[in-house]
Amino acid sequence: MIFTLIVQASPYQHQAPETALRFAKALLRQGHTLHRIFFYRDGVHNGSALVSSPRDEQNLPEQWQALAEEHDLDIVVCIAAAIRRGVLDATEAKRYERRGDNLHSAFELSGLGQLVEASLASDRVITFGG
Amino acid sequence: MPTLHTLNRGPSHASCLEECLSTMANDDTLLLIEDGVYWALPSHISVLNDVSHIRALKADVLARGLHQLSGTELVDDDGFVGLCTQHDRVVSWF
Amino acid sequence: MSINKRFLLISRSAPYGTSAAREMLDIALTCSVFEQPVTLLLLGDAVLQLIRDHRPDEVSQKNLNALQASLAMYDIDRILIPETALQKHGLSTDQLSIPIELINAEQLPALIAEHDIVITI
Repeated sequence: MIFTLIVQASPYQHQAPETALRFAKALLRQGHTLHRIFFYRDGVHNGSALVSSPRDEQNLPEQWQALAEEHDLDIVVCIAAAIRRGVLDATEAKRYERRGDNLHSAFELSGLGQLVEASLASDRVITFGG
Repeated sequence: MPTLHTLNRGPSHASCLEECLSTMANDDTLLLIEDGVYWALPSHISVLNDVSHIRALKADVLARGLHQLSGTELVDDDGFVGLCTQHDRVVSWF
Repeated sequence: MSINKRFLLISRSAPYGTSAAREMLDIALTCSVFEQPVTLLLLGDAVLQLIRDHRPDEVSQKNLNALQASLAMYDIDRILIPETALQKHGLSTDQLSIPIELINAEQLPALIAEHDIVITI
């Protein structure tokens, strides 16, 4: 079965992204397809490369990156939600004349169309919110 | 065409559960996750008397020390995925 | 886009205090751009999004009434509110910014079942 996940909560403050990560691992383990993970609202903070967790704590953006690399996943951060919350790739940082960018390289900034497209391509769409 | 409903808010957010329950059909399943698992405590579970199929996510029940206190049927992460495949759609309440 | 799926967007949040109302409308408009049928269901406090005469410039925000008024232009005309949600807040339909469809609480499970994708915000 083909799944798309929508993550709407930020890491650390809310448990939802961690639940979504475990769910993603479980569905991949079972041989299902993960078409896309779409990060929306405060979920865009999952894409921040500046998240710096203590060594003995989980770093969600790094975990997403590792999972994406292992399974060649499409992990998309909503561009409109992200720029308002200070999650920028190099292109947007330049456009808005910011001194640095912070989107993790495994993630892609794109529009809500990617959410709708993924929903059309998937058998199940599961939201993880906070 | 049953629906799986997940709920991640606990008893201090009663309206979240209320609105979830208002949309549930008889053959739907309610999966309690994150803080939602507190509804499985004996002091709250009667609110769910009308729900035929209730499950709680095992990791969240264990994490919160509720395994000795609640008799609700548990599912692990693989079971969560299984529930999603066994239902036609998933509605998340948070 | 040839595939059609019926989208249901559910909101439970009042406007302005959080971005939920605005970010739900953004998804609704995107569904419409992709020519996908979309229904909005406003539960509980979400009915407060439709109170008329918002003046959100007072709190430096954009006016949601204006976005709501544009929904019809995007062929989003199915905006559902349970009668109980209106009653809970002591409101009547003539106090709302746009035409809506009232729904009985008993109809809600069937409403969910007639949609392929349900997104809550």
